[in-house]
Amino acid sequence: MLLEIENLAVEVGGKRVLKDINLSIAEGETHVLLGPNGAGKSTLFLTILGFPQYNVVNGTIKFKGQDITDLTTAERVQLGIGVSFQSPPSIRGVSVRDLLKIESHQDIDEELNPRMKQLADQLKFSDEFLDRDVNFGFSGGEVKRSEILQLLAQMPDFTMFDEPDSGVDIENVELLASEIGTLLDKDKPQGSRIRSGLLITHLGYILNFVSADKAHVLMDGKISCSGNPTEILEDIRKNGFNGCVECAQCL
Amino acid sequence: MDVLSVRNVYEDAERAINKKAAIGADITIENFTDEAVNAIDLLDDLDDVGKKTKDTLLKVGVDTEEKNRSGSFLQVDQSNVFTNNSISDSVEVMGMSVALDKYKWLEDYLWKVVKPDADKYTAKTALREKETGETSGYFVRSLPGTKEVMPVQACMFIGDEAVMQTAHNVIIAEENSELHLITGCATGDDVVSAMHVGVSEMYLKPGSKITFTMVHNWAEQVEVRPRTGVKLMDDTTYINNYILTSPVSTIQSYPTAYCDGKNSRAIFQSIQGGKKDSIIDVGSRVLLNAPNARGEVISRAVSQDESKIYSRGHLSGTVPGVKGHLECHGLVLSDDSMIYAVPELEASSANLEMSHEAAVGKISEEEINYLTSRGINEEDAESMIVRGFLNMDITGLPDELAQQTQMMIDMSVDGM
Repeated sequence: MLLEIENLAVEVGGKRVLKDINLSIAEGETHVLLGPNGAGKSTLFLTILGFPQYNVVNGTIKFKGQDITDLTTAERVQLGIGVSFQSPPSIRGVSVRDLLKIESHQDIDEELNPRMKQLADQLKFSDEFLDRDVNFGFSGGEVKRSEILQLLAQMPDFTMFDEPDSGVDIENVELLASEIGTLLDKDKPQGSRIRSGLLITHLGYILNFVSADKAHVLMDGKISCSGNPTEILEDIRKNGFNGCVECAQCL
Repeated sequence: MDVLSVRNVYEDAERAINKKAAIGADITIENFTDEAVNAIDLLDDLDDVGKKTKDTLLKVGVDTEEKNRSGSFLQVDQSNVFTNNSISDSVEVMGMSVALDKYKWLEDYLWKVVKPDADKYTAKTALREKETGETSGYFVRSLPGTKEVMPVQACMFIGDEAVMQTAHNVIIAEENSELHLITGCATGDDVVSAMHVGVSEMYLKPGSKITFTMVHNWAEQVEVRPRTGVKLMDDTTYINNYILTSPVSTIQSYPTAYCDGKNSRAIFQSIQGGKKDSIIDVGSRVLLNAPNARGEVISRAVSQDESKIYSRGHLSGTVPGVKGHLECHGLVLSDDSMIYAVPELEASSANLEMSHEAAVGKISEEEINYLTSRGINEEDAESMIVRGFLNMDITGLPDELAQQTQMMIDMSVDGM
């Protein structure tokens, strides 16, 4: 297993948000995390990432067989975890170009490498755009594309995407989906994929363009249901998350 | 100046010799010596200063090789030890005493935009001129219709312990000319405590532009009291950049631009980094006194250790149709430090536009998290954020100077 979460319980500001999470993601797999607002989807993401505000009170997170529960965020990222945020902060005086250099392990004084330049171009960023302060005055679509571009610089083994398609117009969803595909080895036959991912999506629209192997429904701090993404989405579309509540009670 | 007004200057100064400044800690001037300690020899070549001094000067933007400069001036303690006036045909650079001998009319520019009785520091400077019969400081002037893109560099250097350095500078941009200055202030390696008072009066004749970039790098026990006034006539632009990121005892300054000409524009940009137990009280004031005058005051302050930063800005609009904006951002990095932002807007006419934006707080956790999620460790993330915060885009400089200024800012900010 690439990622293994066992009996995870997490508190934020003294309040228990995640109760008993068990989740495993194998190499080459893409999973989807569904759930109503406030269910704890982002909390799970940010706990896997190791943000200090997310206090693990029980359970473990293993990555590539190593217990990472007590590692810092930077250490986890260096092991091969990446994330695209839904609404990242803007940082004055820190340019997209500088971040791309750091993320692709370049020296800050070097010129940005040709691969990144080409990828920037592919994601419709001009060379001047790269000198802008990250996320400062970016449109919704620019934020998403910049997040994906930064991940392409990192090429993590395991990538989490928080609502990568929200606020993006249809034309750009396909563009983003294709780059997300690159990050998840979708261009390779299923058996030879190595990179894995976890997608948070509200509407599941992105799943029309990015195939997923498994879906999980997070309800009230617990995974209430796991299974075939198409079938689960279909159920949610029909019965809403209330259907999941009932289903979970049956279990 | 006629005899009568000369006498008035000294009388005013004498009355103000014990007058405390409106703001800032009161300094006991008598703790510092105004006797010339060592007679300092004139330098034939600016590059003749010692290696250590060279490095110190470079940190405040003064290049001893004079590359890409249109003139140089160096004052050590009270002596003008080097002047290079022969690089550019467009710009004149002289010690004030030399300039006052050469140009009788220069007296008319003394004590006009900075008053001798403003406080005891200006008074001391005026009275010292009377007592010694010498005016220290520099005179820089751009000739009418010229546009020299390379900057004049001027440096005030304190080389001896407990020195009281005064200077009285006059900068004039003649009609339709453009003038750029880099001024650096610094202390010698073995100086612990000293005092510096620099009176600067600037005049922008119609159609002219001055950019004035100042870097301070004092020793930790130096008391600094610059006093600056700028007069802007019709269709002029004044840009002031100020950078301080090294420890100092106390500094208090409040340069004031008088936009007295129509379409005049004053921009103040400052970067203040507080370290150790420095007390930094720096403001910028723009008086918008003529139609279509514009003022902008932008500052970034970062406090560390036990430092205190008072970041002030004052815009005053007195006639219709003027515009001003004040922006003051501060980052408090340690629990024992403090930033006090004081933005002031004053409107005494209808139909004008003035705004301000001030934000003071700690470094954002969300920003640190974002950077750590890209694999940058927390410490590096913090310093990236601080450097980014301080590294504002300096506007209005010619390309070459903009690059150099950026390098100066990078160098200052890297030390933070």
